Amino acid sequence: MTIRKRIHIVDTTLRDGMHAVSHQFTPNQARSIAAALDAAKVEMIEVSHGDGLGGSSVQYGFAAASDEEYLEAVAGAIVNSQLAVLLLPGIGTQEDLKMARDHGAAAVRVATHATEADIGEQHIKLARDLGMRSIGFLMMSHMVSPEKLLEQAKLMESYGAEVVYVADSAGAMLPEDVRARVGLVKENLGVDVGFHAHNNLMLAIGNTLAAIESGATYVDATLRGLGGGAGNSPTEVLAGVLDRAGYDTGMDFYKAMDAAEQVVEPLMHRPQQVSNASLMLGYAGVYSSFLLHTHRAAERFGVDSRDILVELGRHRIVGGQEDTIIDVAYGLSKASR
Amino acid sequence: MDRVGVAIVGPGNIGTDLMYKVLRSRRMELRMMSGIVPTSDGLSRAKQLGIGTTSDGIGPVLDDPEIAIVFDATSAKVHLEHAPLLERAGKFAVDLTPASVGPFVVPAVNAQVHVNTRNVNMVTCGGQATVPIVAAISRVARVRYAEIVATIASKSAGPGTRQNIDEFTETTARAICVVGGAEKGKAIVILNPAEPPIIMRDTVYAIVDDPDGEQIRASVREMVATVQSYVPGYRLKFDPLVEDDKVTVMVEVVGAGDYLPTYSGNLDIMTAAACAVGERLAENLLQKGDCKA
Repeated sequence: MTIRKRIHIVDTTLRDGMHAVSHQFTPNQARSIAAALDAAKVEMIEVSHGDGLGGSSVQYGFAAASDEEYLEAVAGAIVNSQLAVLLLPGIGTQEDLKMARDHGAAAVRVATHATEADIGEQHIKLARDLGMRSIGFLMMSHMVSPEKLLEQAKLMESYGAEVVYVADSAGAMLPEDVRARVGLVKENLGVDVGFHAHNNLMLAIGNTLAAIESGATYVDATLRGLGGGAGNSPTEVLAGVLDRAGYDTGMDFYKAMDAAEQVVEPLMHRPQQVSNASLMLGYAGVYSSFLLHTHRAAERFGVDSRDILVELGRHRIVGGQEDTIIDVAYGLSKASR
Repeated sequence: MDRVGVAIVGPGNIGTDLMYKVLRSRRMELRMMSGIVPTSDGLSRAKQLGIGTTSDGIGPVLDDPEIAIVFDATSAKVHLEHAPLLERAGKFAVDLTPASVGPFVVPAVNAQVHVNTRNVNMVTCGGQATVPIVAAISRVARVRYAEIVATIASKSAGPGTRQNIDEFTETTARAICVVGGAEKGKAIVILNPAEPPIIMRDTVYAIVDDPDGEQIRASVREMVATVQSYVPGYRLKFDPLVEDDKVTVMVEVVGAGDYLPTYSGNLDIMTAAACAVGERLAENLLQKGDCKA
């Protein structure tokens, strides 16, 4: 009997998926999604506002409930899976992390822009002090060279991160971009490497496979692909694909499909597909969660979403700068008058 | 006209930029730049300009009876040591570190209230850029909640900010309430590594009761003019947007380029605000007729 290589799936329906429902899942809905994921034996379930702990705001949209309420609801519903949270330094704080730990979070992903790892040092160290698993998460990795990414990944490792993620937050990478980055990071790091895909160019599953072939052992997914922009790798699809490819995810494939179709699908606000605007996110390299904010601004100022996205890409806007969408849309509306 | 003797402790980026601003003051005379590294760029520049320097730390500043106001641009940890020494020596301390020993001061809003306070704190760069806007809204409407987003060029965020980013957001959020007058406050900071570096931009969102758009826009414009009187590169990106109960205001800050590059508007607004506070303190001392230099 051959031993199948273990791949760790982190389901982030209740974090990245929040973008696609404008952070409006109720704690009860979060509980039923978590319970279904737990039954499907997914290894880790990430629960947070789409922009991480403390993300509920005018800038990113107010969530239907507080971080505490979601965590409490989910912690009571899971037995097998580990509960994780996302924290973006500059938005969430160490106080938020302590709160999350007290409400049952066993792991945290500390996410920074691909060039700014050092703003996460305190949070990664605090996670270790709190006895949590700490995972570094380098966003918008497509914007930097593999060498720059490696330098930043090493910083995260030096702070104590047990896994370092290469995140394609804009869904802008081609498989060769993924191989170059994940490959170099894996070769030079002592810790595990992860990959977070977006489906804006319809490459989420393909890129995830490329990452695994290049040494990634942690990969992200969401039920039905629910997430920012065109969404993520669908958890149920990834479970099936990785099984076919000969990897062990520990997941129950049928139950993952049931969770997607019976639990998440009825709660979706719209089908998760590659719309023209989300295609433009990937093409222009813009942060996936800007999608719905861009649609709202386009409507408000009477301009084309695609023009806004191209302009944002040109300005090399990074994750979190949602206020710039208003600025750009307003500027375009003035220019066209 | 008489001038008040002042000193700057901590000749790093902030202290050195502040030096050039203080040199332009008509009410302050810069008597000493104090550091700990004799060869530092800040001390060398001060020497070249004929300003008294010391690399023995704060001691010589405390011992000089002609120095009435001390700008502390060291670090929070060091200022906590300096604060009691300055108080005992009878000096006025303008604290540019995040130590927050004294009350927050934002010149356009409450500097006049604190002219007799012995130790004042300059909040954060994000606070200096956004608290005036929150205050401008809260003087004409009840602000239930205010949120600010400060976007700064990566190059212009020093190690102090990077390694203590929570301190920035938490301090700014507090100042939005305490000085800005919002009932609840939140602050977000984003670092953007784009090249060439972006200039500092700040967005203020306020949730208010029964907003009067015209009144709010007028109040914000007036406040921006007040801030411009001491930060010339401070400007509104567009006229404040008022929709339902939400007010959106965007400003940007181009630095004066005294010592730091113009994209470092975040640092410029700190030193310009500290200098403005020094001016008020000096003016008050001169009116009272003591502490002549």
